[in-house]
Amino acid sequence: MKKLIGRKVGMTQLFDEKGNVTGVTVIEAGPNYVTQIKTMAKEGYDAIQLGFGEVQAKKLSRGELGHLGNLAPNTKYPKRKELAGVPPVKHLYENRIKAVDGMKAGDVVKADIFKAGEFVDISGTSKGRGFAGNIKRHGFHRQKKTHGASDRERAPGSIGAGTGIGHVEKGTRMAGHFGDEARTSVRLKVMMVDVERNLIAVAGSVPGANGGVVVIKEAKKA
Amino acid sequence: MNLVESLEKSLIKNDKIPQLSSGDTVRVHQRIVEGDKERIQVFQGTIIRLRRGGANANFTVRRIATNNVGVERTYLLFSPRIERVEVLRHAKVRRAQLYYFRDLQGKSARLKERRVDAKPAAKAAIA
Repeated sequence: MKKLIGRKVGMTQLFDEKGNVTGVTVIEAGPNYVTQIKTMAKEGYDAIQLGFGEVQAKKLSRGELGHLGNLAPNTKYPKRKELAGVPPVKHLYENRIKAVDGMKAGDVVKADIFKAGEFVDISGTSKGRGFAGNIKRHGFHRQKKTHGASDRERAPGSIGAGTGIGHVEKGTRMAGHFGDEARTSVRLKVMMVDVERNLIAVAGSVPGANGGVVVIKEAKKA
Repeated sequence: MNLVESLEKSLIKNDKIPQLSSGDTVRVHQRIVEGDKERIQVFQGTIIRLRRGGANANFTVRRIATNNVGVERTYLLFSPRIERVEVLRHAKVRRAQLYYFRDLQGKSARLKERRVDAKPAAKAAIA
């Protein structure tokens, strides 16, 4: 399964050669760095760990820098590994596939693993809306503003039966924290891949605010 | 400049569209595809609105159709469906959006022509 970590840049629109317009989300997808290769023998499962989002070295802990191979071995710490080509990166995700022969930590993965016309699933963290009422959170209807109603405009209405049950059913939809949750937009069509700038444009919207980290995977459903 | 802007910069501008401004009288030749047939539709009127802004840049043309009905059509500047735009006349206008035109009709819905000198090269060709 192909997988990339990226950053949502924003939305725009693209024309095809016939003149049809599609609203697209632009994602800065990569470069991703292979930071570790996990194997059945050593870790108990096969995976490739990818890193994305270059930051200043001082923004990471010594442990993180060591893992990324940014600390050179010396006489005191001779066991340190050194990785060529992996800069300090903020975000690490695993791709649970078996590494193909020749792949090693330090390799670079770019946006060109996806092609225009393919379908992808994109996961991200949705925009946080704080403590939201029933209308915003669950799509409830508003009540009447007039006809004798007062203070009931955005109220939920009945939340259950009377003394027959004697309690509110578990799972009843009510006001509460909304957004800032892991969400996946499925089966988005890749409209354009810009290898030079590592940009991928997909038709439709993607969870989260501009600048948010998203994970692009091959579409699960055909 | 963010990445979306830089991407929009790389869009291919439709070079058949000349420099437009509000108040211009234009003839827009649009390619219309119906099933497997294709034809060119011409729409002539006054530009009452020009909106810039990346890939969504567009302009709105207004004309008075039969029975004194105002008709407005909006065209995307980057659309490859626009075959050609002819500028017939420039006009003197004092604002970018001519929405007040919608409330005017007949004699009051006229604009004073703004004559533009031909480019020096063209002048030299005549002389």
